[in-house]
Amino acid sequence: MTQAYKELAAQGLWKNNPGLVQLLGLCPLLAVTNTVTNALGLGIATLLVLLGSNLVVSAIRNWVPNEIRIPIFVMIIASFVTAIQLLMNAFTYQLYLALGIFIPLIVTNCAIIGRAEAFASKNPLLPSAIDALMMGLGFALVLLALGAMRELLGQGTLFDGADALLGEWATVLRIEVFSLDHYFLLALLPPGAFIGMGLLIAGKNAIDHRQQQRQQTDKAEITRARVTGTIT
Amino acid sequence: MIRPISKNALLLALVAIICVGLLSVLQQLTAPRIAEQRLASKMAILQDVLPAAAEQQLLDDCIAVHAPEWLGRAGPQSIFRWREQGDIAAYVVETTAPDGYSGAIELMVAIAPDGTVLAARTLQHQETPGLGDKIELRKSDWMLSFNDQAVTESTLSRWAVQKDGGQFDQFTGATITPRAVVRAVKKAALFIQKHPELANQPANCEGI
Repeated sequence: MTQAYKELAAQGLWKNNPGLVQLLGLCPLLAVTNTVTNALGLGIATLLVLLGSNLVVSAIRNWVPNEIRIPIFVMIIASFVTAIQLLMNAFTYQLYLALGIFIPLIVTNCAIIGRAEAFASKNPLLPSAIDALMMGLGFALVLLALGAMRELLGQGTLFDGADALLGEWATVLRIEVFSLDHYFLLALLPPGAFIGMGLLIAGKNAIDHRQQQRQQTDKAEITRARVTGTIT
Repeated sequence: MIRPISKNALLLALVAIICVGLLSVLQQLTAPRIAEQRLASKMAILQDVLPAAAEQQLLDDCIAVHAPEWLGRAGPQSIFRWREQGDIAAYVVETTAPDGYSGAIELMVAIAPDGTVLAARTLQHQETPGLGDKIELRKSDWMLSFNDQAVTESTLSRWAVQKDGGQFDQFTGATITPRAVVRAVKKAALFIQKHPELANQPANCEGI
């Protein structure tokens, strides 16, 4: 059983990462990752929606007729997004203002309905929850990586404005790595997001490629070892 | 044929009712807290532009004004009045610069009855990060250049960015944003100057 969960984790975080491999939810991914704080906020919000929708979809999977499953999933997801929006509006007002339109747009993040349809509607509660956690975490990590890259290149800081998300104490998180007279706009504007995203995907593919090659050479060595073994 | 269709329709309706029901409960629960948050952020800005004012009195003494020509928005906008010994000491005007680089810029401006701008702040904008967003006090102190600037016949020509022969700095790479903000603040000040009768209107801000 734990083997299956490990596989789920590997799928969500790396092999089938919603941001880097499935390329789902690119609209919010590219739009709000100009600072680490925004990326973290949207990442957490998406993770919560994904977790909630996967749990509910999995819980009702035996009662939902096949023909109307998609509208029902959409309603469930929209409800969760609205709930998150209301809660953020009430408790993290500054972040709510900063993320603005991208909270309601979580509804259109295909990664969420994709997991509901592909996984949660066919699996029991616990694997669905773990799948949601891992997929959400994978998505959030891509958001964070892209956010950190763009904020660092664009304005030379990390966690700028973190107090809006985490409260007053979080101002100490702000790191000024180097100070710029003028912001490096390319990194902050949408083209920078596309380029950064391309680099991240390329990086992931390069790592996968290298790993594959190493496995192949390992295999080759093993066969040779076995051959010599039979001779002696 | 009809039976499964009506069954599915009923099921969909049921799910919709459950979702709406749960959400309305949540909305009821969060509504007071959301209102509180909105008020707190408005108060913080009011306090910022007009430090002398006691907030609750300022919030109560508020009029809704409809002046798209001067304040840039089609709908009504609030003007808060601050009185000292019964006379108006300052107005705090919510105004809109409709011609920002990417959409409208919402501003809050404190103006003395004679048209002197006491202070101005940006409430909301979608200007380019790194260029136009210097109108946020968090990013740059450019908004402070409006402090205690009078709009009179003789100074009217200086109410523009330097590129247009005025006294306000433009930003490198972004002239449209400061130009829009300067114009909006100037118009708000002129509006106050030309309408002394605002002082005597009954307060009617409920529901904005």
